[in-house]
Amino acid sequence: MMSEIEFLNWARGPGFQIAVIIFIAGVIIRFGEILLLGRKANLAEAKGSEMSGGLRTIVSRSIPDKSTFQRSTFTVVAGYIFHIGLFVTIFLFAPHILMFKDIIGFGWPSLPTPVVDAMAVVTIIALLAVLIHRMRDTVLKFLTTKEDYLVWMLTVLPLITGYMAFHRIGLTAPTLLSIHILSVELLLIIFPFTKLMHAFTFALSRWYNGAISGYRGVQS
Amino acid sequence: MSASLEKGINALKEQVDSTTASFFSSCVHCGMCADACLFYTETGCPTSTPITKAEPLRRIWKSEYTLLGRIGKMFGLTATVDDALLTKWETRVYDNCTLCGRCSMVCPMGIDIALLIRKTREGMAAAGHAPKDLIGATKRAVTIGSPMGVKLPALMAQIKHVEKDTGMTIPLDVVGAEYMLLLSSMEIMNFPEFIEATAKIFDKAGVTWTISTEAFEATNSGIQIGVSDIAAELVQRIVDAAKKLKVKTVISPECGHAYMAIRWDGPNLVGKPFSFKVRHILEVLEEFRKDGRLKITGKETRRLTYHDPCQISRRGGVIDQPRNLINLFSDNFVEMPDHGKMGWCCGAGGGVSSNERADKVRLKVFQRKKDQLDEIKPDAIVSACSNCRIHLEDGLEEYNMDIPLMSLTETLAEHLAD
Repeated sequence: MMSEIEFLNWARGPGFQIAVIIFIAGVIIRFGEILLLGRKANLAEAKGSEMSGGLRTIVSRSIPDKSTFQRSTFTVVAGYIFHIGLFVTIFLFAPHILMFKDIIGFGWPSLPTPVVDAMAVVTIIALLAVLIHRMRDTVLKFLTTKEDYLVWMLTVLPLITGYMAFHRIGLTAPTLLSIHILSVELLLIIFPFTKLMHAFTFALSRWYNGAISGYRGVQS
Repeated sequence: MSASLEKGINALKEQVDSTTASFFSSCVHCGMCADACLFYTETGCPTSTPITKAEPLRRIWKSEYTLLGRIGKMFGLTATVDDALLTKWETRVYDNCTLCGRCSMVCPMGIDIALLIRKTREGMAAAGHAPKDLIGATKRAVTIGSPMGVKLPALMAQIKHVEKDTGMTIPLDVVGAEYMLLLSSMEIMNFPEFIEATAKIFDKAGVTWTISTEAFEATNSGIQIGVSDIAAELVQRIVDAAKKLKVKTVISPECGHAYMAIRWDGPNLVGKPFSFKVRHILEVLEEFRKDGRLKITGKETRRLTYHDPCQISRRGGVIDQPRNLINLFSDNFVEMPDHGKMGWCCGAGGGVSSNERADKVRLKVFQRKKDQLDEIKPDAIVSACSNCRIHLEDGLEEYNMDIPLMSLTETLAEHLAD
């Protein structure tokens, strides 16, 4: 039986390395799968530029038009909150930045810990709201698959375990930290093979959308 | 597996490319596309959620073109496409989608959902799961040359009427003309005024033009049903005629999907860039306006609005031209709440109007257009697609709304100075 500390060392050492390798290899495989399929050149006389249309849409699609915002207010607002929350808790939390610095050699300024702490709570609440919405809304009930619930669970888990580790709730500090790291590893492993990939492919897909429209002279 | 199902699956496989793969990889099941689709907003029916309409194509992509999907397939864990699925999807893909592309403008991941549904139709049609009315229209388009069965004598009869009424000659098969005008069957049968209007405008503008007796049909049923081979054959007829008559520009008339077919899909279908230009009639009129060739007299005082045909505006890129042209003869133009690239479909494009089975739902979803019109209360609606026009008239009658509908080209012709 591993001791608490040995377990933590495994989780932050070999365990983490395995997860990161699967994550990186998976993302590369997925991008290969997509890009190697290729795309035929458009033979119609162009009316606008694919490149500028594509680049524009990568940015512009982050902001819905007024009528879309009114029709999908909850999805947009809750979506914004939990995405910003995830960004802040993952990338602007001082201990996380130290870890990144360890791996990639450089760091960046962090947000004050109480701010990140509060954001974690807000993000968990937003994700809960999103889950309830998914379970009650007619369209979302129809759309939702098991994968959606799996992804939801593995996204919220690092937030909860991180919150518990930071506040030392229930268990000893090393065990809580180990559990937190393991939950992140699970997320990293499933990431390339689920809809979580949208965090990367959104740029590709927005580019294609904007390029298709831009070619025809429409800003999408 | 039946032979037809195999054909369908192969047709779906042919549709998968890097756009398809990046689109399906990015969907997060947020449901925003449903809120952008009149077939959902007006019916509340979740099966009309746009992205789910492309489910057959998604399954093919997942099971054939992803590592995880292929592994899953070996263990029977990845969902596959069978006849039961396609049967269930037929009404979703053909009756409850006009390929209007509003969902494609709203998706936060930038998925061109309408393109995915258009691709899905290729598989549906190949597997024998297209609506029988569309199959009939496509057969007529191939054998007779028109989805409505309009033959050359019918066109000649209408042209004779126009010539008698106006004293003008409609140029037929004129080699070396600058423009070659295409017509939709709907225009030939229901709106011959369009021929008269273009003849007057071209005459005043002092340009040479012609109609080909060998390729006058603008519509393309192959595009609507989703059979690229047939679509290509119909495009080729126009290409051949344009070459034979050595015209510089082929004009797509007031018809939405015809413009998509010849302007944007055409060269890709026949696999070669065109040696001539393709322009929508509104683009040609806008060029005339810019060149000062349109002398207009008298202004409409009625409150006018413009209904954007989806394939011309959002999917086609002809958005500003109609507005500039309407301003020539109107001082009282008002936009609908969502317009231009965000306009709402009339509910009858993409083959829906040719599919009798969809009559009930297309009139139900017209409620969206009614709500838009109720907000601005126009005296008349101007548009530039005879399919929209027929359906709008149908819808206005169904909802007891007394608003006249006008073709932009025809209205412009009425205001030409002598």
